[in-house]
Amino acid sequence: MTAAAGTAPQGAAREGSVLEVRDLHVRIASRQGTVRAVDGVSFDVSPGEALGLVGESGSGKSMTLRAVLGVLPPEARVTSGEILLDGVNLVTRPHSELNRIRGRKMSMIFQEPMSALNPVMRVGRQIAEGPQVQLGFSRAKAAERALELMRRVGIPDPERRYRAYPHEFSGGMRQRVMIAIALSCDPEIILCDEPTTALDVTIQDQILRLLARLCRESGVSLVFVTHDLPVVAQICQRVSVMYGGQLVESGAVADVLLDPRHPYTLGLVRSAPDFDYVRESLVPIPGSPPSLINPPPGCRFHPRCEFAEEDCRVSETPLRLLPGGRATACLHYERCLDAVAADRARS
Amino acid sequence: MSAIPLTPEPGLPGAAPSPAAAPGARAERGEARRARRWYTQPALMIGIGVMALVLAAALAGPLISPYNPNAQNLNATLLGPSAHHWLGTDQFGRDVFTRLLYGLRLDLRIAFLAVLFPFTIGIILGSVAGYFGGWVDTVVMRVVDVVVAFPFYVLVIALVFVLGPGERSIYIAITLVGWVSYARIIRGEILVAKRQDYILAAQSGGLGNIRIMRRHLLPNVISQAIIYSMSDIVQDILAVVTLGYFGLGVPPPTADLGSMINDGQNFLSTHWQLTTFPGLVVVLVGLGLSLIGDGLADILRPGQA
Repeated sequence: MTAAAGTAPQGAAREGSVLEVRDLHVRIASRQGTVRAVDGVSFDVSPGEALGLVGESGSGKSMTLRAVLGVLPPEARVTSGEILLDGVNLVTRPHSELNRIRGRKMSMIFQEPMSALNPVMRVGRQIAEGPQVQLGFSRAKAAERALELMRRVGIPDPERRYRAYPHEFSGGMRQRVMIAIALSCDPEIILCDEPTTALDVTIQDQILRLLARLCRESGVSLVFVTHDLPVVAQICQRVSVMYGGQLVESGAVADVLLDPRHPYTLGLVRSAPDFDYVRESLVPIPGSPPSLINPPPGCRFHPRCEFAEEDCRVSETPLRLLPGGRATACLHYERCLDAVAADRARS
Repeated sequence: MSAIPLTPEPGLPGAAPSPAAAPGARAERGEARRARRWYTQPALMIGIGVMALVLAAALAGPLISPYNPNAQNLNATLLGPSAHHWLGTDQFGRDVFTRLLYGLRLDLRIAFLAVLFPFTIGIILGSVAGYFGGWVDTVVMRVVDVVVAFPFYVLVIALVFVLGPGERSIYIAITLVGWVSYARIIRGEILVAKRQDYILAAQSGGLGNIRIMRRHLLPNVISQAIIYSMSDIVQDILAVVTLGYFGLGVPPPTADLGSMINDGQNFLSTHWQLTTFPGLVVVLVGLGLSLIGDGLADILRPGQA
């Protein structure tokens, strides 16, 4: 695990990162106005590392991933910032070059394994397509590779299942197929967009273990987008928390989840059910997420924040480095410390 | 507070074994269901039966009938049905049944071939318009609007009139007019399908646009075009027959259902069989193809996934 140097907004390019995102801005044109879906997000991922990207719906997690892959919807655009994969800035690259990078160096796993698989194409062919197109494998060699991948992701009887269609698979098996597709060209990094949200918890656990094992075996890095904190705890080493299109906190998973330094993270942790002991009640975060067309001035969380002060309403809140490789955007993060201590004392 | 069970993921065992047999069994049952559906479609079965009969008759024409369709026998004009001439003879003494078989053969060939060109062109243009959108879409769809503004038969007849009668003109005219329906159908389907996750997944995999269109989008949307092509063949047969009726079809003396109906019209009050049987054959072909189209629609539409 590396220090979170990249979380500093003006952090210098770091040696040895697979993926570096610098001050990324994504705007979406809509009828109501321009949506600032991603507003100055920076993070980096080391080889073999799993980074969690956490936030509620509409916080810009998925848009960040799609911007990294260069598959934004037509009405969305990267307006500024850099996305460096092995030091190459993807934002300025032409479409043809991106197509050689996508799939070969990075790939994506989607939330809904049913809709992310082509319903009228045999599963084996879908896995074999990447090696055939990207790596120039012959049909036979690509099929061989697909069978090997199906074995690796734990699909039983791959020779027979190769010729099956996605609708003949269960949800968990489909997600295994998605993982096989993502791994098919030996990428350096896999972007996961809530890959276990659509699965029930036992299958979710299987899939997470599988992902973790495969990444460890092949040294693949992960960016793991989710709103599920226990999932982050299970699979990621570092976590970045997004709110209203911005990063509000980042650091090692254990630090951030057990000892949050931003009131929003604290709110997330407090509102999550706990398996260790029965809590009196879950504490929801009051209010609703900010409009990203007219975001509130100052800290975007201040209208919902119990610790908000006058300066929160006016001053910009960039991420600031804290000791221990952590960073927070909160101006008064000390108050979280007290709140955490109080929570502990109560339980 | 210690809200989340922290397992920072060291040394996890391999994926747990999962239920293996169930999906396989389900697959077999799925196939059985599809097979049953195929045979229990009465519309489709009747349609296929009718068309098989018609096609067999058209193809086996020379075997069934000993006569030359164009051989005149002025000693035996306008005979009624008999053992020698099943449907009698026309005003030149030609055997009506023989001409019917040869005419059917010609008209079916033209109609089936004439469907292929607009089918292909319409699907290509519709896919490109739907997938890329923007100005490509605008240009293609405005051309479509212009063509659609005219009734099908009027435009086909006008074009054949300008190009001159004959088989080649019919192909050109039907292609120029017919592609718009396929382009519209496919564009609409692509607009929906391209928003699906599996297309995003294919793009994320770095596949080229052409490959995505051909291998991922088209197989998902083409069934609608195939269903439509069945009714399109009916329309084309009617167009060919109409052109023949107006004397814009294949030039005489070649047998053609449309020109047979027209020729027989002069003798309608005395020799009704000259017009009625070619007309009935057209109805039969239309009925057979429509039934096949309906049956195909029932099979292809719900069972997409």
